[in-house]
Amino acid sequence: MTMTVEKRGVTGTAAQAGHPRRRRDSYALFLLPGVLAFLAVIIVPFLMNTYVGFTDWQGVGSPSWTGLANYRELMDDSDFWASFRHSLFMVVAMAAVPTAVGLVLAAALFDYIGKHFGSKVVAVLRACFYLPQVLPIAVAGIVWSWILAPDNGSLNALLKAIGLSSWQQDWLGDPDIALYSVMGVMVWVQIGFPLVVFMAGLQRVDPQLHEAAELDGAGWWRRFWHVTLPQIRPEIYVVLTWCTVAALKVFGAVYVLTKGGPGGATNVPSYFSFTTFFEKTQVGYGAAISTVLTVIILALSLIGLKLQTRAEERA
Amino acid sequence: MSTALRRYPVLIALCVAALFMIVPFLIVALNAVKSPAEYSQNGPLSIPDGLYVDGLKDFWERVDYSQKLFNSLLISGFVAILAVALSVLNAYAIGIGRVRGRTWVLAFFVLANLLPQEALVYPIYYLSKEAGLYDTRLSVIIVFTVIQAAFGTYLLSSVLGEFPREIIEAARIDGANKWQILWRIVVPVSRPTLGVLAVFFFIWTWNEFLLPLVMLISNDNQTVSVALGVLQGQRLMDATMTNAAALLGVLPAIVFFLLFQRTLTRGIAVGAVK
Repeated sequence: MTMTVEKRGVTGTAAQAGHPRRRRDSYALFLLPGVLAFLAVIIVPFLMNTYVGFTDWQGVGSPSWTGLANYRELMDDSDFWASFRHSLFMVVAMAAVPTAVGLVLAAALFDYIGKHFGSKVVAVLRACFYLPQVLPIAVAGIVWSWILAPDNGSLNALLKAIGLSSWQQDWLGDPDIALYSVMGVMVWVQIGFPLVVFMAGLQRVDPQLHEAAELDGAGWWRRFWHVTLPQIRPEIYVVLTWCTVAALKVFGAVYVLTKGGPGGATNVPSYFSFTTFFEKTQVGYGAAISTVLTVIILALSLIGLKLQTRAEERA
Repeated sequence: MSTALRRYPVLIALCVAALFMIVPFLIVALNAVKSPAEYSQNGPLSIPDGLYVDGLKDFWERVDYSQKLFNSLLISGFVAILAVALSVLNAYAIGIGRVRGRTWVLAFFVLANLLPQEALVYPIYYLSKEAGLYDTRLSVIIVFTVIQAAFGTYLLSSVLGEFPREIIEAARIDGANKWQILWRIVVPVSRPTLGVLAVFFFIWTWNEFLLPLVMLISNDNQTVSVALGVLQGQRLMDATMTNAAALLGVLPAIVFFLLFQRTLTRGIAVGAVK
């Protein structure tokens, strides 16, 4: 939800006449606690991390400057590339699929169920889809690792019960399947967020547009495609950006479900940097991994913000 | 008539999808009240014979769950209040005070909000050790107060940017100083937004995993999320215990959800476009 607030209110209007500069600037005192706290908790640690990325450091003693050595090593590290490749899968599971499914669900709930069955039904269904979003990811991980367990897990038991024993799998333990299982869990976790944002966005679509399209004989799908989608384009960019960033940061689910395994099959950059920091204690190398992740996230966020602003201007 | 008949398939499809979303919760509840013997005999899909709560009790005592709940409540509660306070102070200067360079100050908070915690975690771990704050709940409260306030500042700055100037002018003419205007006028008028923010901060902090996992290593300080995540990571739990853990982890989330449903599913619109 970072990029979701309009900036106009804060930055657009010029300072109003009749406010001497002296009076305005004494407001700066109110920023003091915030600025100090941000320095201590965000700026200093971030600069330290960036610096450590250019050094060789085991967490004790003083770091020794090695320039770009860590980054050169990353380029040749197949684990590093694998972790970012897995990130792309996470983007599919946490951004692409939830956005697409969320759009259809939101539109169906809003102008189909809402119109024909009332807002109570809508509220209950929306609550069901949103529930996983309030669940701590560690708890979601426990629930799913038990459901997906190879022996006596619910999914395998269900497959057996309906006569599909041959479909049983070691869902999280088979290197060929584990990544897809984690993706499935992430879709379940993520779907509520786009749904709720899109439903809020649909409320500002002018119903007359829909009525006009309906009179012209456009079916539900055509109205969805030509009326609904263009109208909530700003929300789509917001959700895509936000979910993509969340997908790149995914950590808890991997920690609890697979610990990056089996054999690195589900390793992701944040888990990779975590183990490099705290298990291998190659702090310099871990810092380099997290710096690359940061650069990618900031770049994607800026692009998302640009697209959103442009869409808002047009809407 | 024909449209009435056509409506139901959509409703049924959505209900099936919604059911799929909550089935995991139902299965967990079902199995948390089965005895280990019953579980191994009948598997995960059978209806329990009776209510077996020993598994839940055992788990509660073994992980000292009351303490974990208390830690989570303490940390999330303090973060919610302090982060809203910090956000209000920042946003007051940016949105209403319109301090010079506010665009840059705001950009700074936005960037802070986007930074992945992976890029902060090791220095925070290192610095907190140096400062003697490692493995304390206070350290986690401080860190999350700042992290959540980054989002809060961003959101509130834009809300307060549209605060009616006439009210502030009127108060100023009546002789109110800046603190009085903040506490007597701006905060009470924006209370609904502040409430929404506090709810989100509380739940986000409750659900946080990476930083608490790194910062809180002793059992007495761990949050619910960390304790359950670590237990699961050790792969030491049998099926009944896993389900007890899952159920006890899910319950607070469901309580919050029921308490704050309206805020969570609609309040998010405050943060969404316009």
